[in-house]
Amino acid sequence: MRRPLTLKDHHHEQRIFGVRLVVGVFLVLLLTGVLISRMVWLQVIEHSRYTTLSDNNRVQTQAMSPPRGLITDRDGVILAENRPDFSLEVIIEQTRDLDALLTEVAKLVELDEGDRERFDKRRRSARRPWEPVPLRGRLTEEEIARLVVNQHRLPGLRISADPVRHYPHDILFSHVIGYVNRINAQDLDNMTLDQQRDYAGTHFYGRTGIERFYEDRLHGEVGYRQVETNARGRILRVLEEQPPVPGQDLTLRLSMRVQQAAYDALGDRRGAVVAIDPRDGSVLAFVSRPGFNPNLFVTGISHKDYSAYRNDHDNPLFNRALQGRYPPGSTIKPMLGLAGLDAGVTNWQRSIRDPGFYQLENDPHRYRDWKRWGHGRVDLHLAVVQSCDTYFYDMGFKLGIDRMHDYMNQFSIGQVTGIDLDNESQGLMPSKQWKKAFRNRPWFHGDTINASIGQGFVLATPLQLATATAITANHGKQVIPTLAGEQQAIERSDLVLQDESNWEKMTNAMVDVTGPKGTARVMAVNAQYPIAAKSGTAQVFSVGQDETYNEDEIAERMLDHALMVSFAPADNPAIAVAVLVENGRHGGSTAGPVAREVMDAWLLDKDGNLNVPAVFAAKSETAAPPSPDSDETSGEESP
Amino acid sequence: MSQREFFRQMPGQGGASLSPGLAERLHLDAPLLASLLMLMLGGLTVLYSAGGESMELVVRQCIRFGAGLAAMFVLAQFPPRSYRFWAPVIYTIGLILLVLVLVAGTEAKGAQRWLSIPGLGRFQPSEVMKLAVPAMVAWFFSERTLPPKLLDVIGALILLGLPAMLIGLQPDLGTAILIAASGLVVLFMAGLSWRLIAVAVIVVVTAAPLMYFFVMHDYQRNRVDTFLNPEADPRGTGWNIIQSKTAIGSGGIDGKGWLDGTQSRLDFLPESSTDFILAVLSEEFGLVGVCILLIMYLVIVGRGFFISWQAQDTFSRLLGSSLIMTFFIYVFVNMGMVTGLLPVVGVPLPLVSYGGTSIVTLLASFGMLMSIQTHRRLISY
Repeated sequence: MRRPLTLKDHHHEQRIFGVRLVVGVFLVLLLTGVLISRMVWLQVIEHSRYTTLSDNNRVQTQAMSPPRGLITDRDGVILAENRPDFSLEVIIEQTRDLDALLTEVAKLVELDEGDRERFDKRRRSARRPWEPVPLRGRLTEEEIARLVVNQHRLPGLRISADPVRHYPHDILFSHVIGYVNRINAQDLDNMTLDQQRDYAGTHFYGRTGIERFYEDRLHGEVGYRQVETNARGRILRVLEEQPPVPGQDLTLRLSMRVQQAAYDALGDRRGAVVAIDPRDGSVLAFVSRPGFNPNLFVTGISHKDYSAYRNDHDNPLFNRALQGRYPPGSTIKPMLGLAGLDAGVTNWQRSIRDPGFYQLENDPHRYRDWKRWGHGRVDLHLAVVQSCDTYFYDMGFKLGIDRMHDYMNQFSIGQVTGIDLDNESQGLMPSKQWKKAFRNRPWFHGDTINASIGQGFVLATPLQLATATAITANHGKQVIPTLAGEQQAIERSDLVLQDESNWEKMTNAMVDVTGPKGTARVMAVNAQYPIAAKSGTAQVFSVGQDETYNEDEIAERMLDHALMVSFAPADNPAIAVAVLVENGRHGGSTAGPVAREVMDAWLLDKDGNLNVPAVFAAKSETAAPPSPDSDETSGEESP
Repeated sequence: MSQREFFRQMPGQGGASLSPGLAERLHLDAPLLASLLMLMLGGLTVLYSAGGESMELVVRQCIRFGAGLAAMFVLAQFPPRSYRFWAPVIYTIGLILLVLVLVAGTEAKGAQRWLSIPGLGRFQPSEVMKLAVPAMVAWFFSERTLPPKLLDVIGALILLGLPAMLIGLQPDLGTAILIAASGLVVLFMAGLSWRLIAVAVIVVVTAAPLMYFFVMHDYQRNRVDTFLNPEADPRGTGWNIIQSKTAIGSGGIDGKGWLDGTQSRLDFLPESSTDFILAVLSEEFGLVGVCILLIMYLVIVGRGFFISWQAQDTFSRLLGSSLIMTFFIYVFVNMGMVTGLLPVVGVPLPLVSYGGTSIVTLLASFGMLMSIQTHRRLISY
């Protein structure tokens, strides 16, 4: 019944459909056009932008850190080396959920509070993006295995095998070699752009000691490689490579043998030993006790270990040899005597009567000699041998503080020695001008008298005392101590006495100090070579008010510091030693034997026979300074 | 009855007179089949690279193609009138299954799309609906006079809206929209008045923000956010689209070369063998490759239009044009989303993307088109 209708509609429907189909075709073509335009936009117009994006995705430039130079002693004994160390690192940018990741990691390897704490600190501090943040060092084989098995489900985790600095002799060289530790943003900020580029792949930076001073030489030059990585950061191939230039190896002038002897001889006492070869300024031993274990600092010291060091009353992190300022006491009497002679205020014949004290005219105050009843009649020779205070009170007063100051500066007292270490203390050699400027007080006669026996304002470091002794042994020729051949730029000319024979005569007096009547006789017992020495005892004036010690300790720490300066063989000096023993009371009996041990270690061969070692010759040092070593000290003559 | 009799007696002759040959006798449309096979072959080439030179992936895709071609062949044997006859039945069964999916479906990736049948494994009823909805709407209009009256339009909208809504509830917004679109195409082809089309467009434009705020799931909303501003979270939700655009853009005019696309080979491009396979093609074969692909699609779509144009009854015309338009919508939506023109809605690139049941459904739809083409009668009515 509807059939005719349908038939009639059929053509109409087909016509409608035809129109719609054409519209459909048109729509399809239109949308295809949209797609093609979009493709042209992306692939032709924006092509270069996306090519860059694509390359940035896959190509990464990686800096390769240069292997750090080794440090050896003068005989080639390794003092600082690089060891492979497997550490666990986290690339924060690759992690999804850091807390969850750390929780998972803690199930696999041991993470103590210190690890977490250091990790958080490093993570929050300014760092290069995508740089792995170390989480734990010193992974064991077993831990590595556990991590590797689980690594696929812990994105962002990385095990690296970077070489890590290692100090095989631990505590022995702690205050001289120092240590490296992780480079931080502040280190980088202090660098020039070129330096920053050079440190692009470096994780460690010399923090103290030789490691710091010779950072530039030890570090080397950065290498680069371009690698293609996939989305998970895995390196698929190396596109280009420029290998790093390794850091230079550094041969120190130190002698392991002498260092060890000095360290052992000091024992558990607090103190410092510095030994210098006066012939070329080579530092043979540089000990400050107590020391610390530099290896603890390299990969980041734990809070516990660090506070243990910080809270130790013996202050093991303090470099006594370089920075400890002590009254030099009688140890500077030979230098003062030479100053008095040269200034003409005394001579070898002149003598005084010592009643056991010294008094200025119109002043009732008595400056006491250490020997209550006095030394009787004393000339300069005897005054040195027996360390007569009264003689030096008298001579010093006549010399006056300003001349004293100038002469002592020539001996490096009150001036930096110029050793190749940073942050050297310059001690204090007072003058009228200094007191006016820094204390805002006039200079009193009493100040001069105290300074005449190395007390009062006078302060010197063990390094300065060793240097002064070496200069004395050298007859005034300058000695600038050096650990590895370089020195700080300083101005100090040779000390030329009007009568050069005074050097010889003073040396004789110092030799008699170790003779049967001298204050340092103990140290010369059975010595195979003549030793020139001068003992010293420095009063400890005060203990800090805010420091709390128990009764025994306060008593012990109020005792005098024991000092000894010496050189040997007296007729042809090859070593000058300064020894400081804190609260060691008597220089002669406490510090003297230490100095003797150090000298024996240097001057005697294995069989105990005298065999003076030759001056250091730069053999393996690749980048020795242009001037030969023997010229280093004389080079200072013409500023 | 007499017509059927007549037809049964001379199938060979009838075929021979229209388009002679073996393909015709097997009820296959040679041009369509040839262009489909070319597209599939090209797709396999890209897939081999996208899958990291994995033959396994290619072989599995070939198995799917085989299953799809079989489905196509089988469906091509049925005359269009049997589709017309069965459309309401299959549509009704499909609706029931969609309800079942919501009640007892298997969950995967936060959506219930699968129905487990003991002994038969899992399947997605929504795939059946991709064919059943256009067939049903075409049947609906073939029973009525055209252009459709308002009441008929409402009826059609219910027919297509019901399954779309059920699929949207799974939730599978992408498929829901595509199924709705396939029904709407029928409506459009049936002669829906331009006035109503204009009204619909206005309604959709105003409803879109409302959908965003009140209907969409969080993950869907995220996709839209990402679409509008992928740079907001370049390492998170924006990653896919940024990497996809980078792959396409870095391909340039002539591409980086087969197997040399760094974006996909180095795993920067996610889902490179499935939804984002166009990015691989664009990166390795450049604009030239994309144009070739588009030409292949246009040839197929063109043939589909031609078949629909030649179709002899309203049902066939509406069904055929809807199937082929839907096919093109797939292409457009996928390409649009991969190039950042449209939000990411999880639509595969037809016959190129590696993947599941959609290949079988697609090839089955071409089987229906072939059926329309090869079961034509000498006399149209």
